[in-house]
Amino acid sequence: MLIPVLGMAIMSFWQQTGHMAFDVSGTLHNYVEALTRDMYRVLFLRSLAISGLTTLATVVMAFPLAYFIAFYVKRHKMVWIILVTLPFWTSYLLRVFAWKIILGYNGAINSGLISLGAISEPLTFLMYNPTAVVITLTHAWATVAILPIYVSLEKIDRSVLEAATDLGDSPFMRFIRVVLPLALPGILAASVLIFIPTVGDYVTPSLVGGSDGYMIANVIQFQFGRGSNWPSGAAISLTAMTIVAILVGVFVWMARRMSGRRS
Amino acid sequence: MNSGTGVAARILGTYAVIYVAYLYVPVLFLPLFSFNDSIYISFPLRGWTMKWYETMLANGALHRALINSLKVGIATAFISTVLGILGARAVTRYRLPGQKPVVAMIMLPLVVPEIILAMALLMVILRAGGSLGLVSIAAGHILLCVPFAMVVLMSRFEGFDRSLEESSQDLGENAWWTFWRVTFPNVLPGIVASLLLTFTISFDEFIMAFFLGSTEPTLPVFMWNQLRFPRLLPGVLALGACILIASVFIVLVAEWFRRRNTPETQSGDMIIG
Repeated sequence: MLIPVLGMAIMSFWQQTGHMAFDVSGTLHNYVEALTRDMYRVLFLRSLAISGLTTLATVVMAFPLAYFIAFYVKRHKMVWIILVTLPFWTSYLLRVFAWKIILGYNGAINSGLISLGAISEPLTFLMYNPTAVVITLTHAWATVAILPIYVSLEKIDRSVLEAATDLGDSPFMRFIRVVLPLALPGILAASVLIFIPTVGDYVTPSLVGGSDGYMIANVIQFQFGRGSNWPSGAAISLTAMTIVAILVGVFVWMARRMSGRRS
Repeated sequence: MNSGTGVAARILGTYAVIYVAYLYVPVLFLPLFSFNDSIYISFPLRGWTMKWYETMLANGALHRALINSLKVGIATAFISTVLGILGARAVTRYRLPGQKPVVAMIMLPLVVPEIILAMALLMVILRAGGSLGLVSIAAGHILLCVPFAMVVLMSRFEGFDRSLEESSQDLGENAWWTFWRVTFPNVLPGIVASLLLTFTISFDEFIMAFFLGSTEPTLPVFMWNQLRFPRLLPGVLALGACILIASVFIVLVAEWFRRRNTPETQSGDMIIG
């Protein structure tokens, strides 16, 4: 584990001079490029935006389900848990591919609507754009959001809820003042577990993103592949990891402070 | 509790059902269209056919890809589970100096984007003069799978009573036989679960297999290559449907092993770690 990451770190200060040939005298050139070239900036911002939206959508959609399983399902909790975990273990490629079939030009939605007579021309805005990437990722990462939130909700001591009711809180206020702060660790874990991998996702933007939906992983792959500029690819990778680490750190710190102030 | 509960339960229950439908329906389009008698993936459905499954069974390249996937999957499952056993045992039994950073390092692949890991490995392997192929794919998969194996096994090692091992040693068994006769049978369900889960991860994994492989594709890479030819799409769907069913089956068996004799409270730890 350590060797590849260190290797990449060292590589990022080199310069490519030919096929498999490198100028090994250290330079910051690759980082300067990674941070200043417009194309990279666009891709970084787009990746962060897509993955931020995905995280938000996934967590917001998953929360009610986790809440339902934790508080309303009395028997067969395990059945629900297995039911939502199962898709996580099936092929990621196939799940993304399923959305390509659904959203595509001749896909399920378009051909379905046409055969119903609702539209005469296929809708082109469904596919090959950032929205399609967000939709697909939101679906693909759903499980990862549900489990941590469920665990943190499940841990809440039921007597705390009763105490809040006894002290005169309405169910809504009880939710805001008791349940939500106590569920925060789960929500944080879910957000981090989704945000980090989705920023660097390669399959989804390649399959449903089109050129407007390309993300930073596509350019990393390009630099190591056809672009054959490994040092630049390494610098972009490390820059991406650093940006993500800083964002996640700030996010966790802010969330902790917010919850601390409230209680 | 109060009058709002009944309504809330009904709303949330409905939402839950819709949500689960949303989780599953998109994936079900794969098997649906794999039985459709048309090379176009579109409505209306043209009629029932098994011919995509027949072409799939007759496809030699696919068989080779399947065998590659099985080789990589079995090697990955075996090696990462052995590493997972060693790691989990070290972490749960001993308190070693510098343990936390080491565990964090092992768990890192869970949070580093896969493409970056794949590229870093690619770089190291090529610079070190290694060649790409099934071995390099397996190396990448092991890197990804060890954290999962460790998480599954750690909950098993933690759940088991240490005094059993101590009494075995008091009764005169040496450390080796204590492990085989006491520890091993107790953690066996965890080991089986770990083998099955790591195999599933490796079998379905695409990024590492795509970038660390050479001319020998694994099954996901084979599917990816087929996607470029619209004519071959229905065959890919048939293949995908089979893989889905196989994965679901393996995971259910793994779950069954993992949950045997473990308390329900550990329900969510599989992914969260």
